[in-house]
Amino acid sequence: MSAYTPNEIMTIAAARLLTNEDVCFVGIGNPSAACNLARLTHAPKITLIYESGTLSTRPTVLPLSIGDGELCDTALTTVSVPEMFRCWLQGGRITIGFLGGAQIDRFANLNTTVVGPYDAPKVRLPGGGGAPEIASNCGQIFITMAMGTRAFVDRLPFITSFGHGKGKGDRAALGLKTKGPTKVMTDLCVLEPDPDTAELTVVSLHPGVTRDQVQAGCAWPLRFAADVAETPAATEQELSVLRDLHARTKQAHGVAA
Amino acid sequence: MAEFMSLRDAIATHLKDGDSVAMEGFTHLIPYAAGHEVIRQGQKDLTLIRMTPDIIYDQIVGMGQARKLVFSWAGNPGVGSLHRIREEIEQGRVAIEEHSHAAMANAFEAGAANLPFAVFRGYKGVDLPKVNPNIRSVTCPYTGEVLATVPAVRPDVAIIHALKADREGNVLLEGIVGVQKEAVLASKRSVVTVEEIVDDFGPRNANAVILPSWTVTAIVKVPGGAHPSYAQGYYKRDNAFYIAWDKIARDKAVFLKWMEENVLAGGPESFAAQARRFAVAAA
Repeated sequence: MSAYTPNEIMTIAAARLLTNEDVCFVGIGNPSAACNLARLTHAPKITLIYESGTLSTRPTVLPLSIGDGELCDTALTTVSVPEMFRCWLQGGRITIGFLGGAQIDRFANLNTTVVGPYDAPKVRLPGGGGAPEIASNCGQIFITMAMGTRAFVDRLPFITSFGHGKGKGDRAALGLKTKGPTKVMTDLCVLEPDPDTAELTVVSLHPGVTRDQVQAGCAWPLRFAADVAETPAATEQELSVLRDLHARTKQAHGVAA
Repeated sequence: MAEFMSLRDAIATHLKDGDSVAMEGFTHLIPYAAGHEVIRQGQKDLTLIRMTPDIIYDQIVGMGQARKLVFSWAGNPGVGSLHRIREEIEQGRVAIEEHSHAAMANAFEAGAANLPFAVFRGYKGVDLPKVNPNIRSVTCPYTGEVLATVPAVRPDVAIIHALKADREGNVLLEGIVGVQKEAVLASKRSVVTVEEIVDDFGPRNANAVILPSWTVTAIVKVPGGAHPSYAQGYYKRDNAFYIAWDKIARDKAVFLKWMEENVLAGGPESFAAQARRFAVAAA
């Protein structure tokens, strides 16, 4: 078994969750890598949708932007952006939304808007884009984020995308019928909301990672499931497909997306 | 009917100080040549509307021409921050009205449909409605469901880049078509730059996105006018430039020097060479 990076196992763990039956709304970066890795390995029939309007796209390299020509060239069809958000996302056609974020809290709410006060920001981040409605309108949400105490924070300065609010029942109270975040794949472990409280709980540690390492990357006291599994190690096939994809991408636009 | 003009005349005639302007194009077909002409002419106190401000608004905001920015995702796609916009917001020098993509897309469509506001299922549980008083709600008269509303976007001017115009001034867009059709139909006036002007569009899909001549105010031929964005079938996105922009925009002095050399001292002619550099091989 060849060695792999924490980022690679995060992408691979996320890709494994996807199936041929999924209709997936894909964000740029790690979500895009995970979705295309799934498509190029065990889920060749997965439907990938990017918010630029491209339906059922099959890119050979990862797009740098959400609207690279590669996505349109390889799509089944391309619709306008209003149609994408009204008929396809709001219309309930998407089973899985794949999000990243700058910050996450223990109930999987996400912040990509601002650090510090909104009117006098310490750090102004890009903002929500499609995420607020992806988080509420997709059947369920998978999140991928590398751990660290500036990312896994005790309290979000701003809620850009709603996860489970302040705990179980908050989504239903807002009239949301979708599941919200069901999995968080990190570079160290996999977390899921606890069935009774909706608080994120470590359910699987990546090979060689300790509980202390995971806790060191999280600003709140982490809960661990009664039976914490070990994430299966990356296979040669997963690694070679992922590395080929990144190499093609780097050659195509001078950076690994 | 659309009038064929020079880029200088089209922008000078149709964009005034204090106007609200939507330069649209969702990653694809971003009207860079027209945006650079706005920078050379120096219109002031603009309200800039765009779902994804992109480098074009980073440049215009960085040159101090914007009073307000209306947007839903202000990053450099796949790269990071738009540093000029980020600094102006962090320093409180530009007003912002921030939305989600769904809200902006719906607001453009409501503007095109001559409605006062857009209604959609969104903004549930999130903080944007607390900081943007334009985000409100309405109760469905049939089901009682509470839905989000935002005002229609009705810009003074829409500026877009399209693939082709014909001699009558009809405009054709293909590929990722974004919200450009809605932006033009929602605006009082529109300036459209195109890759080429043809006698006739020829064989095309019956459902191609076409803006009839009588919906467009001015048309300008600017080959390469979307660079470093791209034009489907003509040239590819200059991803290396988007990556390089991060360094240029990070430092205000470096940014101003780059703008002086590449925009203020330039003209729309320079875009054609970029289109050739990134040309898509003929099929």
